[in-house]
Amino acid sequence: MSRYLMLLHGTPPASPPPPDLMEAIMALGEEATRAGVLLDSQGLAPGGVRVDLSGGRLSVTDGPFTETKEIISYAVYELRSAEEAVEWASRFLTLHRDRWPGWEGDAEIRRVFGPEDFTPSGPAPEPPGAG
Amino acid sequence: MTRPDRPTPAPAPTPEPGSAPDDGTARRARAAVEAVWRIESARLIAGLTRLVGDVGDAEELAQDALVAALEQWPAEGVPANPGGWLMSTAKHRAIDQLRRRQNYRRKLQEVGRMIDQQAPDEPDHIADDVLRLVFISCHPVLRTEGRVALTLRLLGGLSTAEIARAFLVPEPTVGQRISRAKRALRGVPFELPPPAELPARLGSVLEVVYLIFNEGYAASAGGDWTRPELCADALRLARLVAGVLPDQPEAHGLLALLELQASRLPARTGPDGEPVLLPDQDRRRWDRLLIRRGLAALARVQALGGDFGPYALQAAIAAAHARAVTAAETDWPRIAALYRVLVEVSPSPVAELNRAVAVGMADGPAAGLAIADALRAEPALTRYPHLPAVRGDLLARLGRDAEARAEFARAAELTGNDRERALFLARATDSGPGG
Repeated sequence: MSRYLMLLHGTPPASPPPPDLMEAIMALGEEATRAGVLLDSQGLAPGGVRVDLSGGRLSVTDGPFTETKEIISYAVYELRSAEEAVEWASRFLTLHRDRWPGWEGDAEIRRVFGPEDFTPSGPAPEPPGAG
Repeated sequence: MTRPDRPTPAPAPTPEPGSAPDDGTARRARAAVEAVWRIESARLIAGLTRLVGDVGDAEELAQDALVAALEQWPAEGVPANPGGWLMSTAKHRAIDQLRRRQNYRRKLQEVGRMIDQQAPDEPDHIADDVLRLVFISCHPVLRTEGRVALTLRLLGGLSTAEIARAFLVPEPTVGQRISRAKRALRGVPFELPPPAELPARLGSVLEVVYLIFNEGYAASAGGDWTRPELCADALRLARLVAGVLPDQPEAHGLLALLELQASRLPARTGPDGEPVLLPDQDRRRWDRLLIRRGLAALARVQALGGDFGPYALQAAIAAAHARAVTAAETDWPRIAALYRVLVEVSPSPVAELNRAVAVGMADGPAAGLAIADALRAEPALTRYPHLPAVRGDLLARLGRDAEARAEFARAAELTGNDRERALFLARATDSGPGG
């Protein structure tokens, strides 16, 4: 079992999010929570601030950052395989496709390192076929 | 379903480098089907059991649907509603089977009506069916080992081979346990326990989940000190049970306990697989997310009101440890007081032994030893390795080194876990406190 972070990036259309999308997202979240796989999820306020380190200097920049798609929300799952994460992400994006025409984005899935990844010499590379 | 087919997440458009394209694609497709199975199997089996009335038949129908998916999805893509696809495939097989039976007409009408109504898509129905499946998997007509195997299989979505690996028993043994359990459940109605039986039936469910977790947390046999995968499976089950029984304080109590105990797993094993006990753990490695979830579950118990049950009390003890940023900051008097309540509410020699440890920390080793010494007469603990281990530790802290070494040697003799034996043997030869 591994933990997976899902980051939702997206470009929302000018229209406000349809209420039935929000309802469907809540229902899917409840289903995943009841199944014992969704550990944490939250929406992120737009904008943000960035603290950069470059050339030995720290600098602070206010968002929004137009060069990248905004991160809209995050979710932390505990699952047996990356394919399970793909399945949950597909369900999540399908809700958007069916309920908010024009919405485009992606759900980036990253496996979180767990204790099993750390050998005395540091993080081990991902074994082939890990799941 | 209203939504059109979504593009299938697998097979992937580009094969993995270095692998034959067919191999990689087939493997991914298979993994995608297995992923859907993990997500859907409990609900699928639950819905089918309500339909056909027998959990063994339901599981076979669900397995047939899985086989069909493994044949079709790699070629045709994952359907838009994979759970619905599995359910309708299994139902059609159920109809085929019923047709071959004598009393098929009445059943056939029933099944036909179910399909028309699409009832399994209603969330309330599904939660209710899953709850029935929880209770039937832990039914009192089953032996404990059957309950454990069936729960992991039907609710955890584990294969027989995975269960066998987790419990270090041969696969045929697990297979036999499961088929014996299914036979024993023939004729047992698929229903929620009547209110009068609910406390005992809930107790059986929670006990099974707790047992699974404990086997992963402190493996009673074998080469590994812990088996985190099994803990994770138990945790997933505990979340599921609390999810379908939101008003039961002890369901949340057990969940809180397991989340909090699991939060320590990353610190519980050293770099070479050796056990690291609570006072010596690097607490920065504790899993903060699980601690937060455990404290939230405990807060839920509190919000539900009433006296704490045994699981909630143990969770409160685990929470006291979780709140201590360093071992020195541990509120031992509070923990000793909580153990005092625990042994009142749920008398057990193991809890009393834990109380001896807590009192030994709160009031000094002599007070702890007095409690531990009284347990030597306890028949249930005559072969329990932690009684001599606890006494050894308390004796060492009192400077009674020779007695302490003898106790640790005795503990090493009694344990079935290799890693634990090594830990006890180390303390048996070098008597220093805290070893």
